Amino acid sequence: MSYKLQFTELLPYWNVLLYGLLFTIVLTVVSTAAGIAVGTASAAARTFGPLWLGRIVAVYVELIRNTPFIVQLFFIFFGLPALGLKLSESTAAFLAMVINLGAYSTEIIRAGIEAVPKGHIEAGLSLAMSKWEVLRHIVLNQAFRKIYPALSSQIIIVMLGSAVVSQISAEDLTYAANFVASRNFRNFEVYLLVALAYLLLALLTRSLLRALGRVIFKAR
Amino acid sequence: MSLVSIRDVRKSFGPNEVLKGVSLEIAKGDVVAIIGRSGSGKSTLLRCINGLETYQSGAIVADGIEVGGASTNLRELRRHVGMVFQQFNLFPHLTAAENVMLAPTVVNKVSKAEARTTAAEVLAKVGLSEKMDAYPSELSGGQQQRVAIARSLAMRPKVLLCDEITSALDPELVNEVLRVVEQLAREGMTLILVTHEMRFARDVGTKLVFMHHGKVHEEGVPKEVFAAPRTPELQQFVGQVG
Ligand SMILES: Nc1ncnc2c1ncn2[C@@H]1O[C@H](COP(=O)(O)OP(=O)(O)O)[C@@H](O)[C@H]1O
Ligand SMILES: [Mg+2]
Repeated sequence: MSYKLQFTELLPYWNVLLYGLLFTIVLTVVSTAAGIAVGTASAAARTFGPLWLGRIVAVYVELIRNTPFIVQLFFIFFGLPALGLKLSESTAAFLAMVINLGAYSTEIIRAGIEAVPKGHIEAGLSLAMSKWEVLRHIVLNQAFRKIYPALSSQIIIVMLGSAVVSQISAEDLTYAANFVASRNFRNFEVYLLVALAYLLLALLTRSLLRALGRVIFKAR
Repeated sequence: MSLVSIRDVRKSFGPNEVLKGVSLEIAKGDVVAIIGRSGSGKSTLLRCINGLETYQSGAIVADGIEVGGASTNLRELRRHVGMVFQQFNLFPHLTAAENVMLAPTVVNKVSKAEARTTAAEVLAKVGLSEKMDAYPSELSGGQQQRVAIARSLAMRPKVLLCDEITSALDPELVNEVLRVVEQLAREGMTLILVTHEMRFARDVGTKLVFMHHGKVHEEGVPKEVFAAPRTPELQQFVGQVG
């Protein structure tokens, strides 16, 4: 058991790894923003919208939450071309991430909406506000405040889970690691470094989200 | 002409008939005190007036708007019919002033500055000028309820519905809220109050309505009705609540 660590052998590939890291970060940020938008709209549709729309949303949520992410990704990238929808690796990765986070965040946000006291909604309606105005100005703010920690955790889960997109050759951090390892065979060093990068990214995201939460929800 | 006219309204929740043909005529400036046992349908009646509940038959017309049809313009109705609840229902993420400003800015599209002027005026009226920028969690129950009243007043309603607005308050906080309501009554605001405050009903009310099993069991001038209740049910009720 004498293995000599040789991190210097990664140096020639620093730009590949950096690109992968940036890709993972952008993928996470964009799909978080879009995924939460989808989740908010879906949760609103389920709680405030017409029954038929709520049903459609329910099917979407259950479909995504009860199938593996990698299968969803493969379906979008390898399956959809059969219907004539051919997406690039990155587009497929982004789309799969948004659809996935959208479904999970729908359930989280819905729980937050349902925790808002019914009386607040009736008070808003009694002030002549429409259902949608009540949702926007009274319900969502309270709901997000309540579920912010759960949503933050989900964002980190999704960020770490994004490693799977390397399987369709989307050029994220894990893809970069695979690439480097296949060139210099320094598997130990590469995956150790990349694991540390994910760890740092997760810790950083967590504290960023916490700080952001303090700014957004400072009042009360 | 009546400001609020309720004619033979019936309302069921499933098989449970809660309003069994209620009729009431309420004129501008009336202060109607509705009393009655828990479960007699008082809240349901109030909630039918501003369209929070639908009803099966009869008719309600409030400020010229027919309530309850599929085509009822609820927004227009509720701009003229305000409601204050037992549980205050202040929006916890907004300050007192912001609570008051929300509906005028969102519904009536007035500017923030104008809404703030109105908020200052109505909060002064309920004695809370100093608390404009306080959050609900920083206010006592009595103060919160007064903000809730101010919030309704900011929409300049023609009728204010109050559903047991002092029932959730500690006894020592009841009076500060009742004083505000009394002041409104003196200024000529039309009020429909569900209340357990019998003295208040007698002293401030212009009309007393005793509800029993989903019907108006007795109604009249408060002082007269309290002095000589005609039905045994009201006699018993008045005897119990003192
Ligand atoms: N949303 C509802 N669904 C089913 N039953 C209800 C609902 N609201 C009220 N009720 C019933 O209607 C009756 C009258 O209630 P309510 O109007 O609240 O009476 P009160 O305000 O006089 O205490 C009660 O029996 C109550 O259980
Ligand atoms: Mg009640």
